[in-house]
Amino acid sequence: MEAVPARAHGCVAAVALLALLCLLPLPTVRAPWWALGLLCALYAVCEHVVRRRFGGTFYPVLLAGAFLLPPPAAALVALPAALLSPVEHRPALPRRVWRAARPALAVWGAAEVNWALGGRDAVVASDFPYALLPAGAAVLAFCLVLTALDGGIRVLALGVPPRRAWHGLLSRSLAPVAVHGLAGLMMAVLWRSPYGPVAALLVLLPMWVSWWIFAQYHRERAAHQATIRALVQAVDIKDGYTRGHSERVGQASVMIARELGMDEDRVEVLRFAGILHDVGKLGVPTRLLRKDGPLTPEERRIIELHPEYGHEMVRGISFLGEARAAILHHHERLDGSGYPYGLVGAQIPECARVVAVADAFDAMTSTRSYRRARPVEAAVTELERCAGAQFDPRMVAALARALARWGCPRSSEGGSGGERQPTDTTDETPLRAPGRQPATGTRR
Amino acid sequence: MTALRLIHGAAALAAAGSLAGTLWTGLADRGVALAFAVLIAVGELTRWSGAGTRQAAPLATAGSLSYALLGADAGRPAQAGPAQVATVVLAATLLGALPHIWSGRTTTLDHLARRVLTVGFTAVCFQPLYDKGLFASWGGPLYALLLVALLGLTALCDAVLAAALAHCRAGWPFGPLLREELRGLLGIGSAVCATGAVMALAVAVVGLWALPVFCLPLLLTQLSERRYAAVRDTYRQTIASLARATEIAGYTPAGHARRVASLSLAVGRDLGLTEGELTVLEYAALMHDIGQLSLVDPVPAGATAGLPAAQQRRIALLGGAVVRQTGVAAAVAVMVERQADPYREQPVAARIVRAVNAYEEKTRDAGPEAPLRALEDLRLGTAGDYAPEVVESLARVLARPRARRVVAQVGDGGSGTSLSDPARRWVTHG
Repeated sequence: MEAVPARAHGCVAAVALLALLCLLPLPTVRAPWWALGLLCALYAVCEHVVRRRFGGTFYPVLLAGAFLLPPPAAALVALPAALLSPVEHRPALPRRVWRAARPALAVWGAAEVNWALGGRDAVVASDFPYALLPAGAAVLAFCLVLTALDGGIRVLALGVPPRRAWHGLLSRSLAPVAVHGLAGLMMAVLWRSPYGPVAALLVLLPMWVSWWIFAQYHRERAAHQATIRALVQAVDIKDGYTRGHSERVGQASVMIARELGMDEDRVEVLRFAGILHDVGKLGVPTRLLRKDGPLTPEERRIIELHPEYGHEMVRGISFLGEARAAILHHHERLDGSGYPYGLVGAQIPECARVVAVADAFDAMTSTRSYRRARPVEAAVTELERCAGAQFDPRMVAALARALARWGCPRSSEGGSGGERQPTDTTDETPLRAPGRQPATGTRR
Repeated sequence: MTALRLIHGAAALAAAGSLAGTLWTGLADRGVALAFAVLIAVGELTRWSGAGTRQAAPLATAGSLSYALLGADAGRPAQAGPAQVATVVLAATLLGALPHIWSGRTTTLDHLARRVLTVGFTAVCFQPLYDKGLFASWGGPLYALLLVALLGLTALCDAVLAAALAHCRAGWPFGPLLREELRGLLGIGSAVCATGAVMALAVAVVGLWALPVFCLPLLLTQLSERRYAAVRDTYRQTIASLARATEIAGYTPAGHARRVASLSLAVGRDLGLTEGELTVLEYAALMHDIGQLSLVDPVPAGATAGLPAAQQRRIALLGGAVVRQTGVAAAVAVMVERQADPYREQPVAARIVRAVNAYEEKTRDAGPEAPLRALEDLRLGTAGDYAPEVVESLARVLARPRARRVVAQVGDGGSGTSLSDPARRWVTHG
C-alpha cells in the first residue's frame, strides 16, 4: 500500500472534483441551516465513535440528511466527519479526500433521486406508504454510487481486474444500506414531526445497540478462533515433525469438498475437521510421538488411540457437527483394515473419507525427520494406487482434479502467521454497512 | 416463596381486573388494537430462550410498551384505556406463546406476570394523565422526553421484578441479581425502551405504517444478540473441551474440571459475583489444571492440593502460560496463575478455585463421610491457604438440597447442556 499509483491519485482527484461540483450550488439553495449543522455534528460524532469502537460506517444520519435536505446541502453533511477524523495509513491526504468525497457523492445522488420523486414532501407531510418509494429509490442510488466508486478505485489503485472488482459489491451492500435507509427515513419523519430532533435521536439508539452487540460478537468469535488455533498449535508443538500439517490438511479437505460440490456450511465443517483431525495426539505421550525408529506393537497400539482421544475431546463442541465423526474415523480404511472400529466402505462417514485422503496426501508431500518429501505427482499416483482398498476413489479423483486446477495447498508458516482465519471465508456482514474504502486499508 | 406468590397474585389480580373492565366497556379502536396484538403475538412467536439472554422477546416487549404509551394514531387521539391495554397485551402474549407452552420450552408464568405488571404500570401512569390533557400544553420535544423518562422508570421496576423472580426461583442472593438486571438495561434493554417510545411517537405521526418499519432495527438487535450468544456458547464448549485435554492425557480424573467449574460457579453466585466475573471464574475453574500438560511426570491422580506449595505454584504458573497462549481473556490466565498463592494475596475467583479444587480432590473416591471431613480440613486451612468466607460459602452451597444446586447450574443456560453432559469414565492409557 506504500506506493499509490498515479492513476489512483487521478481517480481521487476526479471524484473530489465531482463532489465539489455537487456542492457548488450551495449558496443559492434555501436550506434549514441549523438542521444542517446539527446533522453534520451528529454524523461527525457517530462516525468518530463507530470508527474507533466498532469499525465500519454509520449511514442512518447520512441518509436522513438525504431525505430531509436539498441535494447540495445533503452532500455537505458527510464532509466535516471525514475531514476531522484521523487517518491511520499514509498517504494521508488522498485518503482523507477520498473518504470525504465518496460519501458526499453518494448522498448527493440519493438526495437528488429522492428530491425528484417528491420524497421530501412525502416526509414533511408524513404521507406514508408513498414515502417508502422515493426512499427506496434513494437507497438504491446511494448503493449504486458507492459500488461504482469502490469498484473503480479497486481497479485503479489495487490493480484488481475489472471483472472481479465489482463482483458482489452491490448485492453485499444493498441489504445493510436498506436497513440503514429505513432508520434514516424514520429519523427524517420524526425530525419534521412536532416531536422534533429529540425523537429522531431515539431512532439511533437501537441501531447503536445492535452495532455494539455485533462488535462484541466479532470480538468473541476472534477469541474463539484463537483458542482453536492454540489447540492445534499444542498438537503441532508436541508432534515435532508436523509443523503446519493440521492447517494444510484443513486446506486440502476444503479443496476436495469444494470439488465435490458440497455446500459452504459443510465445507467449513470439513475445514475444522481437517484442522483438528489429530487433536487427540495431545493425549499420546510426547515420547512416543517423537520416537525415532520403529515402534513396538504396544507403542503402536497407544498411538492408534489418538482418534478416540480426539473424539472424546471435541465431543462437547456442538458447532463441529460432522467433523467430530471425521476426527474419530479418519484412520479407517475402505477394506476394513483401519482403526479404531474397522468400518468398511460406506459405513465410514463421508467427511472422514475426505480427511483421510487429505491427511495422507499432506503426509507424503511434506518433509519429515525420517524421509524427504515426495513430489506431488508421485503422491497422487500413490493415492490412486491405494484408492479402493484404503481410500475412497471419489475423494482421490476430486483431489487430483483440484490440484490440477489450483495447485498445492500451502500453509502460512506453521499456522502461526494467522493471515487466514479458519472461518473468515463466510461473509458476516448483515448489519455492517460495507464501509470498507479500499483507500483506507483494512481495519480488522 | 412468598414473594413469588405475591408477584403472581398481583399479576393475576391486574389481569382479572383489566379483563373485567374491558368486557364492561368493550374494545375501542379495534384496528389499532388488532395491529398491536399482531405485532406482540409475532414478537412472542419469535421469542427465543437461548443461553444468557436478558430479553428473550424484545419485539413483543417494545410493542406492548408502545401500545401502553400510545397517545394518538396519525393525529387522531387514541381511545384505549389502561384496562384495554393490559387485556390486549395479555391476550396477544398468550396467543403468541401457545406453541412454546405446547412444547413446554419456557417458564411462561413468570414471563406473563412480568409483562402484565410492567405494561399495566406504564399504562396506568400514562393514559389517565394523557386523557386529562395534561401533556397538551407541553411542547413536542418535552413530550418525547417524558415518554423516555416514563419508560426508564418502567425498566427499573421491571428489573426489580425480574431480579425478585430469579431470586425466588433459584435462591441466589438478590443484590447481585438486581445489579445484573440493571446492567442489562444498558444493552438490549435500552434498545427495547427506545423502540417502544419511538413507535408510540411514530404511530402518532404517520399511523400504523410505522409499526413494520420501526420493528426492523430491533429485529436486527435481536439477531445480533442471538449470534453473540451462540458464539459465546460455542466458545464455552471449546474451553470445556480444552479443559478435558488433561483428563484425556491421563493427568487428572475424568470430569474433575467440570465438577470444579460447576461447584465454583455456585459458590461464586452465593458470594454475589457479577456475570462477567462469573464467566472468568468458570473458565479459570475449567482450565485450572491445564498446567499439568507441561509436566514430564503426571502428579499422582492429578491431585495438586496435597503437593508442596512451591510445586503447586510452579504448576499454576505453567497453566497461566498455557492459558495465555489460547487467546482467552487475560483475566482468566491471571486467575489460573494465582490459584496456588496464599489467599490473602489472591483475587476472589482464584480463592474460590483453590478451595473448591481442594474440596473436590479430598472428596473424590472417598467414603460417605468424606465431604464433612474435607470441609473440616478446609476450615483448618483458613489460616493461610483457603479464604474463610469462601469455605463458609462452600459449606452453605453444599448444605442446599441437591436439586436446587442443579437448578443453579442449569439455569446458567447453554453451559448446562455442554458442561454437564455426563462424562464417560474414560479408560486412560499407560
